[in-house]
Order: sequence, then C-alpha cells, then structure tokens
Amino acid sequence: MPKYLLLKHYRGAPAAVNDIPMEQWAPEEVTAHMDYMRDFATRLVETGEFVAEQALTPEGTFVRYDGEGKPPVTDGPFAETKDLIAGFLIIDVASYERALELAGELSAAPGAGGKPIHEWLELRPLQSEQLLDPK
Amino acid sequence: MTTGLDEALLRSLTPNVLGILVRRGADFASAEDAVQEALIEAVRVWPDDRPNDPKGWLVTVAWRKFLGMARSDAARRRREDLVDDEPAPGPAPAVDDTLQLYFLCAHPSLTPSSAVALTLRAVGGLTTRQIAQAYLVPEATMAQRISRAKRTVSGVRFDQAGDVATVLRVLYLVFNEGYSGDVDLAAEAIRLTRRLFASIDHPEVAGLLALMLLHHARRAARTAADGELVPLAEQDRGAWDTRLIAEGVEILQAALARDRLGEFQAQAAIAALHADAPTAAETDWVQIVEWYDELARLTGSPVVRLNRAVAVGEADGPRAGLAALAELDDSLPRYAAVAAYLHERDGDVETAARLYREAADKASDQAERAHLTRQAARLRK
Repeated sequence: MPKYLLLKHYRGAPAAVNDIPMEQWAPEEVTAHMDYMRDFATRLVETGEFVAEQALTPEGTFVRYDGEGKPPVTDGPFAETKDLIAGFLIIDVASYERALELAGELSAAPGAGGKPIHEWLELRPLQSEQLLDPK
Repeated sequence: MTTGLDEALLRSLTPNVLGILVRRGADFASAEDAVQEALIEAVRVWPDDRPNDPKGWLVTVAWRKFLGMARSDAARRRREDLVDDEPAPGPAPAVDDTLQLYFLCAHPSLTPSSAVALTLRAVGGLTTRQIAQAYLVPEATMAQRISRAKRTVSGVRFDQAGDVATVLRVLYLVFNEGYSGDVDLAAEAIRLTRRLFASIDHPEVAGLLALMLLHHARRAARTAADGELVPLAEQDRGAWDTRLIAEGVEILQAALARDRLGEFQAQAAIAALHADAPTAAETDWVQIVEWYDELARLTGSPVVRLNRAVAVGEADGPRAGLAALAELDDSLPRYAAVAAYLHERDGDVETAARLYREAADKASDQAERAHLTRQAARLRK
C-alpha cells in the first residue's frame, strides 16, 4: 500500500507532445481540461486511492535564514530557468504499476484541440512515516 | 465519551453482533453498516445509560438500524419481507461467527489494503475515521475503499470456510504498520490474532501470535526517546517485556510440538532465540541460521536469505556472511545495508561507509534512513 506523489510542472519537465500553452486554448478546451482533472480526482476517491491534491501559483520566492536576530532573506522572483512545480497529487495504491497507470491517465488530460497533452509527470515514492519499526 | 473499558468491550462485541445480524438474514454489507451505527449510538448513549446486557443492547439497536435502512430503501423487496418476520430480540445465541468474518474480510478477491481496512472495521470494530487516520488517507477515501471491498465480497457465502493463510497475511500486515493516529495497530493486530487463536486450532495461527508477542515485547526498547531506532544488539534487554516473551515462547513451543512447521512458527522461533539471549553476545546464532534455512525452504523468499546472510555473518564470521550475500541479487531491498554491516565487521571501514550511504538513499522508511545516515557518518569520523 505505497503512497506516491505526482508532480506537474509549469517548467522544468521535458516538453509535452501537445505543447501549446493553456492561454492559447479555446475556452471550451480549458473547461474540458478542468472537467477531466476534477473527474480524475473524484474517481480516485471512489477507488479508495486519493490522499491529497493541490495546485500552486507560478509565482513564489526563495527564503533562507540570515543569522540570529535578522529577518530571513528572500530572493525572488524565480529565474526563468528554475524548475517550477504547478501542483501535486498524492495517491495510495496497491503497486508501482498502478501508480504508473494512473500517472498515464492524468498525462492524457485534454489540451489544445481537445487532444491529450501527453504531459511529462514526475512520479515519486513517499517515504513511509511509520513511527515504530516492528522488527 | 465512553470509558476505555467500554470502548474495548464494544469493539470485542462487534464481530459477534455482526454475525448474529447476518444469521438473521441481513446481507453482510448492510449488516456491517448497521453495526457501525449501533456502535456510534452506544458511544453516545452508554455514558448516561449503560445497559445491563451490552451485547443484547447492541444486537437490538443494530437490528433496528438495519430494518430502518431496509424500510428506507423500498426498492429492495427482499429486505422488506424480513421486516414482517422480525425475530424476537431475545438473548444472543452463543454461536461465534467471528471466524467466518475473518475469512470474509480477508477474501482472496480483495486487495491487501481493502482486506486490511475491512478487517479493522468489521472484525476490529474501528470506525472509518480511525482507520483513515491510521493509514494517513482522507476519511472519504477510506469510506470508499471499505464500501468497494464490501461490494467485492457481497456474493461470497458466509458459511464457507476460507483460507487461514490469507487471514494471517492480513493480520501480519496490520501488525507491521506499527501505530499512527490514535490507534495502536500493532496492539490491535495482537488482539485480533488472539481472538482468531481462540476460534481455530491451527499451528500457524499460534506461530503468528507468538511472533507478534515476541516482537511486541521488545517495542519499548526498539526506539529511543527521540524516536531513533535502536538496533537489536544495542537494545536495553531489561526493557523487554518478560511476561509477553514467556507467553510467546509457551504458545510457540506448544505449536512446534505438533510438528506442522510453517513460516510464522519459524519466524517466531528466531524471535524466541533472540529473546532468550541475556546479552547480544550470547545469542545462539548457529541455531538461528538453522531456522533461517528452514524459513528459506518454506518460503523461498530472497529477503529471508538476506537475513540469513546476517545470521551466517554472526555465526561463522563476516567473511562467511559476505559469501552468503554474494549469492543474492544486489537489487534486493536492504542489500546495501547488510553488505555495509558485514564489511564493517570485516574491518573494511571505507567500503562500509560507502554502502551505508547507498543504503540510506534507498531506504523507504524515514527512521531507517536516519539510522543508516548516522552509521555512514560514524564511519567517516
């Protein structure tokens, strides 16, 4: 029963097959995309595999500690070259194969022309949070 | 809130009450929902008005809930018919249907995670919320997982014996989850396995119960106050629970005497040999290797052979352990950790440090990763 994180990128992932950016889609294509994503999450709840999901805004800043008594330093906005996460989905599935299958379905979300985006998604196993090792 | 005692009582009555409803003609899925509702009502009502006959109360209330569901669902004619011949809510029959419930909830058509969830709810009497918290998923997800599981087993006859081995695998999975949220899953697994042990005469059930008790006995010594893992050799053996060890050993010995060895008995035998050693240095590694040989024969598991390599390293020296390890696939989980340990014992600190780092990168558990990272750091000093 492993958990996986699926990451969508604004940038930093290899180029999708249907790589036309969303602002150039027709309004009904945007609606179709949003519907697909919502239905996907709903189905995951129904199959008992949904854990969490969240979309992120593209803007943000780096922050770090700057020493005792000083406010943290920020560095932003992000450079154009920075890998940029667009959102995440966490699933709890029976196997790695099932995680791949679901990632494939998510990557098939419709984009420009109503055709699948074939977007590259990042699939990462979560480390387990077991409090006690039974061995 | 009810007292802890009441909650324990409620949960221990759950499978009996569910079994009674099913015998009266309720379908398993509806009966299970009705029992959950009755449990929730008991938690609300009992603190002010505790019944003299808790089981009778639960049966009456659950049956009423079931009838309510049947009435509100007029499309289901068959259940409507039951309303007309409602049995008198007399004393509950003594027949224990618990065993049938174990089989149903661990039915081979279910995925492991579904079988675990259904067992914890229908046999364990936990709420969906508690199970969801324990497995760190949203309550809605867990509710769907359970209702899908119930649909999957809806055609299974309740009076057929199932396979004990699948039940044991489910209970072992629950045990290995440890605890998170407000439910101690290891303790719950022991409770459910004890109950199974009382319902069926089977040496492997005894083996699993003994294994759980022997592992559980070391729980307090296994983690430091800050949550760090303490390896077996470094544990404070004075903190081991001698009462649980004695019980585990007794159950195991009775099972082994019947000469029907299985993997859980063999695993328990290894745990018993560790428990039996007054100090780590006095561990009987030669016998442990022999049990690993049995276990490898029974399971053919590469993970068992990996653990065997560690035992060989202790019994016959690190070179022998490394030779045993060399026969295995190096992509096995924990292979690098075992190799690191054996190389360190063999005096090759540099290789050991490199392998500990590699093992830390591959660890799937946070505490284990931290432990391996500290091992690597210790050797770099």
